[in-house]
Amino acid sequence: MGARAGCHLHVDPGRVSAPRPVTDVDLAETSLRDLNRMLHQARQGSFRVLNPRGAHAVACGIDTDITVEVRGSVGYYCAGMHQKGSVHVDGNASTGLAENIMSGTVRITGSATMSAGATGHGGLVVIEGNAGARCGISMKGVDIVVGGNVGHMSAFMAQAGNLVVLGDAGADLGDSIYEANLYVRGEVASLGADAIRKDMRPEHVRTLSGLLDSAGMDADPGDFKRYGTARSLYNFHIDDIDAEVAGRAG
Amino acid sequence: MCGIVGLFLKTERFQPRLGELTASMLHEMRDRGPDSAGFAIYDQGRAEVTRITVLAEGQRPDWSRTGANLETVLDAEVTVRPIRDHAVLETPGDGGRARQWLIDNFPELDVLSYGSQIEIYKAVGDPDLVAINYELRARSGTHALAHTRMATESAVTTNGSHPFATGADTCLVHNGSLSNYNWLRTRLERQGEIFQTENDSEVAAGYLAWRLREGDSIKEALERALVALDGFFTFAIGIENGFAILRDPIACKPAIVAETDDWVAMSSEYRSITHLPDSGHASVWEPAPGVIYTWTRAA
Repeated sequence: MGARAGCHLHVDPGRVSAPRPVTDVDLAETSLRDLNRMLHQARQGSFRVLNPRGAHAVACGIDTDITVEVRGSVGYYCAGMHQKGSVHVDGNASTGLAENIMSGTVRITGSATMSAGATGHGGLVVIEGNAGARCGISMKGVDIVVGGNVGHMSAFMAQAGNLVVLGDAGADLGDSIYEANLYVRGEVASLGADAIRKDMRPEHVRTLSGLLDSAGMDADPGDFKRYGTARSLYNFHIDDIDAEVAGRAG
Repeated sequence: MCGIVGLFLKTERFQPRLGELTASMLHEMRDRGPDSAGFAIYDQGRAEVTRITVLAEGQRPDWSRTGANLETVLDAEVTVRPIRDHAVLETPGDGGRARQWLIDNFPELDVLSYGSQIEIYKAVGDPDLVAINYELRARSGTHALAHTRMATESAVTTNGSHPFATGADTCLVHNGSLSNYNWLRTRLERQGEIFQTENDSEVAAGYLAWRLREGDSIKEALERALVALDGFFTFAIGIENGFAILRDPIACKPAIVAETDDWVAMSSEYRSITHLPDSGHASVWEPAPGVIYTWTRAA
């Protein structure tokens, strides 16, 4: 498949021809609030964040087509509620990376701890290293590509989107999953309730191939297994509809 | 929410700076627990001398009389070193016996720790002030643990502050909450453990102290703890010559570890680690759920 993209900054090809100056923001001198205000007010442009030193909420709430590169590791909720633009972290991220991402791209070169990409509605999250527990918990349409392993309870109650894992998955993968496709190249410690292995049909190979390309990951879609929902939990049973409707009426 | 940090020095290189480095880690965890704080310092004391750290919160005890009485009980010399509302009692006598005698006869005192290596200090208020008041930055040593507390289930008091220690040179800081600690405390009391608070984390410390006293290694004790303790926890644990980390199998409570050739550091958040020397080249990883990590120093 596509060669692994060497570039660390995710920039649309159309913009490379007209390079814009990069605005440096040093968190050793600038407050986090000032940084995020600057990013929220920008309509376009590129920013480089220096000395994050594990700060929380770096580049949170971006909703324009800007490019942010963070040099160093970040704390909790980096690029939370992200839309449209791209955030690239050259380091690790703690809890809640790209939580509730709506669109755009978030990429980190290192590993993420718990709940990466949680509740994401859209966009692409790329973690080149490992992701910890509950990666993609309650994902609602986001695509997440993890170069290494994911921890236990990943894609718990996943509703839509794709989780791609080039390494192994921890225990209870896809527990209580509604929809969403989980592609794992390595071992799965165990599947959660109502999660099953499924066939890789041509459309899945195409989707996976596109995601690996977008993420710049050099891997063969043929090496992956697909997992998803068995749709056998009570909420999938039409018999329970009457009780549900009656409950709401009451 | 609470903040916990631990720093274990694998080489002698940074031993003179242990307190300073621990204080910088503690400082970063202020936001997670502005109500109270505490720290344990292990400093290569003489094996034949037991130190007992005692807290007399809001009191002006007659330390010299307490020391003299303890000399009679232990039939051994006792020296007293007061530090604000704490005092460190030093004796070649039986430390466990001294702890029990102090608890039995001075219910108004809190015996925070005993052992040949450990001292524990804790107080209500800004964690930075706690570090300043008890002179953390000046301390040298081999390893240290510290805790910042945001009280959610009980009052802001000093005796709800961590670290907790019930056994010799064994202490623990905890982020989380245990659910079966009442039952477990009763069971441990039958085994001879003495508790001084109603706190769940003290029971976890007592459990480890009991298992170590029964001859378990720290790894064996923690393997049993994974079965015996029900609840949420990220623990950092200090023993005489070692350091350990354990998270419950669900692992809701955060933890990050960084390690170089000279040190291993654990914290609730990565930002505590960024100030440590050479942290830019440290190996950084998240401890896996239900996995026991230990580091020991050759005696």
